[in-house]
Amino acid sequence: MIPIPEVNLGGILPALVLCLAGLVVMMLGLFIRRGAVATAAVVSIAGVLIAAAANTPLRMMDKQAFAGLINLDAYTWFFNLLILISAGLTVLTSVRYLTDDGLDMYEYFVLLLFASAGMMFMVSANHLLIVFVGLETLSIAIYVLVGILPSSKKSKEAALKYLLLGAFSSAVFLYGAALLYGSAGSLGFPELAKYFKAGQISRMAYVGMGMVLVGFAFKVAAVPFHMWTPDVYEGAPAPLTGFMSVGVKAAAFAAFVRVFFQSMLPAQMNWIEIIWLLAALTMVLGNLAAIVQDNIKRMLAYSSIAHAGYLLIGMVAGKEAGPAGMLYYLLAYTFTNLGAFGVVALVGRKGEANVMIDDYRGLAKTNPFLALAMSIFLFSLAGIPPTAGFVGKFTIFSAAINAGYIWLVVIGVLTSAASVFYYFRVVMKMYMEVPETQPAELQFSPAMLLALGIALVGVLYIGVFPTNYLNLAALSVKPLF
Amino acid sequence: MIELVWLIPVFPFIGFLINGLFGRNFPEKVIGWIGALSVGASFVVALGIFLELLGMPAAQRSVQKIVFTWILSGDLNVPIGFLVDPLSMVMLLVVTGVGCLIHIYSIGYMHGELGFRRFFAYLNLFVFNMLILVAANNFLLMFVGWEGVGLCSYLLIGYYYEKQSAADAGKKAFVVNRVGDFGFLIGMFLIFVTFGSLNYLDVFPAAQEKLTQGGLMVTLITLLLFVGATGKSAQIPLYTWLPDAMEGPTPVSALIHAATMVTAGVYMVSRCSVFYAMAPVSMTTVAVIGGATALFAATMGITQFDIKRVLAYSTISQLGYMFMACGVGAFASGIFHLMTHAFFKALLFLSAGSVMHAMSGELDMRKMGALSKKIPITCTVYWFGTLAIAGIVPFAGFFSKDEILFFALVRNPAFWVLGAVAAVMTSFYMFRSLYMTFYGESRVDHETAHHVHESPPLMTVPLMVLAALSLVGGFVGVPIFEGWHRFGDFLAPVFAPAKAILEHGHHAEHHSVTMEVVLMAVSVGIAVLGWLFARWMYVTNPSASDKAVEKFGSVHTLVYNKYWMDEIYDALFVNSIVNFSKLLWKYFDEGIIDAIVNGVGSVTRGIGELLRWLQTGLVKDYAYSILLGVLVVIGYLVLK
Repeated sequence: MIPIPEVNLGGILPALVLCLAGLVVMMLGLFIRRGAVATAAVVSIAGVLIAAAANTPLRMMDKQAFAGLINLDAYTWFFNLLILISAGLTVLTSVRYLTDDGLDMYEYFVLLLFASAGMMFMVSANHLLIVFVGLETLSIAIYVLVGILPSSKKSKEAALKYLLLGAFSSAVFLYGAALLYGSAGSLGFPELAKYFKAGQISRMAYVGMGMVLVGFAFKVAAVPFHMWTPDVYEGAPAPLTGFMSVGVKAAAFAAFVRVFFQSMLPAQMNWIEIIWLLAALTMVLGNLAAIVQDNIKRMLAYSSIAHAGYLLIGMVAGKEAGPAGMLYYLLAYTFTNLGAFGVVALVGRKGEANVMIDDYRGLAKTNPFLALAMSIFLFSLAGIPPTAGFVGKFTIFSAAINAGYIWLVVIGVLTSAASVFYYFRVVMKMYMEVPETQPAELQFSPAMLLALGIALVGVLYIGVFPTNYLNLAALSVKPLF
Repeated sequence: MIELVWLIPVFPFIGFLINGLFGRNFPEKVIGWIGALSVGASFVVALGIFLELLGMPAAQRSVQKIVFTWILSGDLNVPIGFLVDPLSMVMLLVVTGVGCLIHIYSIGYMHGELGFRRFFAYLNLFVFNMLILVAANNFLLMFVGWEGVGLCSYLLIGYYYEKQSAADAGKKAFVVNRVGDFGFLIGMFLIFVTFGSLNYLDVFPAAQEKLTQGGLMVTLITLLLFVGATGKSAQIPLYTWLPDAMEGPTPVSALIHAATMVTAGVYMVSRCSVFYAMAPVSMTTVAVIGGATALFAATMGITQFDIKRVLAYSTISQLGYMFMACGVGAFASGIFHLMTHAFFKALLFLSAGSVMHAMSGELDMRKMGALSKKIPITCTVYWFGTLAIAGIVPFAGFFSKDEILFFALVRNPAFWVLGAVAAVMTSFYMFRSLYMTFYGESRVDHETAHHVHESPPLMTVPLMVLAALSLVGGFVGVPIFEGWHRFGDFLAPVFAPAKAILEHGHHAEHHSVTMEVVLMAVSVGIAVLGWLFARWMYVTNPSASDKAVEKFGSVHTLVYNKYWMDEIYDALFVNSIVNFSKLLWKYFDEGIIDAIVNGVGSVTRGIGELLRWLQTGLVKDYAYSILLGVLVVIGYLVLK
């Protein structure tokens, strides 16, 4: 008799709620002619909130479901929450953008919700195939979203590039998984862990591990697998770029860390040096390339590459402190970067006409509060106290120093010193220069204000009172060890 | 009262919030007084705490007040907490006291300026950060203030951002300071790894247990921290931003670039006195860099014609003295000079501001002269400041500078020579600026001369208070007589551990009173020498300086120079210093150091361009890059 696996719908309820909300939006979109975007946004936000409520019980759990395919634990809880925060804020920053451009496209929200559900599977997976399924669900939705702007050629080009390279990297990932299966006989994390622990690791398994690593490195945009990032980030609608830089990146990192720490820890000596090198390259190249950018979206794209480098330091640092630092960092980064991209979407105006750094000249005169908010987001990205970004960098760097990786931290501190150069360029434009022509009034929507407000409070609050969040991060990585 | 220490930084922050957020429609006077009074309130609280501290037994004068736990994760426990001890007390009083006076002055000085509110908001934010820096009870919080003051300084230097030079100067200050911050951060991480804590009271008492005397770790930590200090306090090789920082409004130069922020490095080194005492190599480095900067910057002060630039180089030079004091183990003397310097240098800058005010913004001393009658108050207080910095008895600078020179001699006569030569020059260039500005023939152009007027009381009263402080400020540290050095005795508990380490194995030096008196006489003699020389050159024989500079280099000049070289000791020597320093200024400062600073930008820019070239936009190239990555990763894993 074939045993029927345990079904635990309660555990994946957050993802189910998001899918359901997506379906509801789709149905409503068929009937509502005008203002579909607003309705879709309301339903999406409701879905996000309900999913957040459904996510709460996971914090106390520590078990598997669906025949050991899915992890229900505090780690899943943390990342589900992070995904919901980024999805919710992205919905808020997108509303005006979509109506401004005359795109009455409720599908945008449907895809966003489905992508988020895919991410949730990715972060909770206890099996490489589930990771893959989640990854593809997420990726396909994002491919479409990147190219959703009907009138923009750049957007189309970006979507195609992302699709081609994404498919390429997925193939690499899948091939790696297949090789691992060939060696270990299973793709479940516990079985993989057993295989690696036994010590008889075949060459084939190493190759598989390397290819899986590359698959993740592509998604988190680590150098040299980052090249798609600037082009895609520049072409995609600004709010979505924000979502990709935090939500997608966080989900990819979550799975990356889970796979490597839960199932390949015994082979740490083999992968840690690769990640060390990736981290160093990513920080150096990301930061240096960002300096020469004149387009703020491209600048933030390279900045997000650089941040992937700092996050990789957390993986190198290992133990519990490294990944815990990463979790906090990702939380801080979520608020910071979504806030920054919110401002970019707002200043960009219709059709993203104003996405050059020069377009920020004199913003402090015309919109002092917006300029202040943007400055705080940029300070946080640069890691200047007392923002969340500073505490994040500090915890990751000190974890790495404690683990003995002093040179990596030296590179990190040096490159982040260089990073201030380009972040401050924007601040300088806002505060110390005068615009050449009088810009038109910015159109604030209540949703955008709410999103920026939440992001701003988040950046400052978890920066000034980080203790609870650091503890949450520390508790959330416990299930991995 | 000590419990209320957190109020000290909070007041200026409230001032910043009120002016920054709601001040849009306030009249100037209201904005200005909100700014000044918020700092004044901090001063009152600081004074109250100081009196309470004096009432306590000397050994117990170190009180920690933790407001809340900022970061608590794993081993890391960083509170938002303040440490009240004699060292932080001195700093708090100087920052709030001098800060308050400068705020009041600014109400008059900035009158009618565009962005009056912005100015006061930034200034209050600066004071807040500075107070956090000096009152923090741990390195991380100190770093918060450290970054904060840098940021405010950057914003205030670029205050007149319509001027390209001002914006550039702001950027330069920022980049240079980042280099310094890098050292601070790495040093802090190493402290954390070594001690598992960043709190002063955990770290310093455990220093001898966790670190070995003269060991690699303590040397590394102290050197890295010193890199941070050289950036913030404008020492060789990171001093170059400070003269450019004079692009900011004059009160900013007085507050940030003379009295407070630039002394943060001296404070930090003194705070870590135990570490430095354990690292002889670092001590020597600090002393050499400090002494060299003191001399080097003084030579450059001689050649400047911009009155604020003279003062800027002078500040760099005086900071060098402070570091030299720390480097020879006389931490208390360094802090003593820090305090007196805050008085007289703030005074000098503000007087210079008053001159500018009278002269419709003119800064070039060649276009001044004979102003003493027209702006008598400014002239009088400038005298006070000049006498103090030159080290004439009984002005404040005499006591502190003399003390540093004394300890330098005890440690190594070479340091004394550096300091003494710098002292002659200091006296010379300060009196030179005094005479060029206020005496001799008037070189003021007709239009400006018409408008010359004394500044309003809002400006002159703070000047008089600072002048009084420059006169009497040194009396708290009278040497020779037992018990008269109240300042040193007050600070002694803070530096006792460092002193114990330094004197370990040595006999406590016996200070012969005769030697002290002789040294004092020499110091005063040096100062007077510089004074007389300046007087001769710029009053008695005003053409001498022009001729000297004009004709130097030709054989004729050599002959001509002999004429006065015989009377004054070695004119060729002095003159070549003038030219040599010009040369240095031109090639070293503008050439090399600026190139390094700009290089930070252009090198990264170059690499960035290269990287942009890699980013072709073609999918196939991207795919190749991924493929290459895959091959490298697999190759590494298989071959390992």
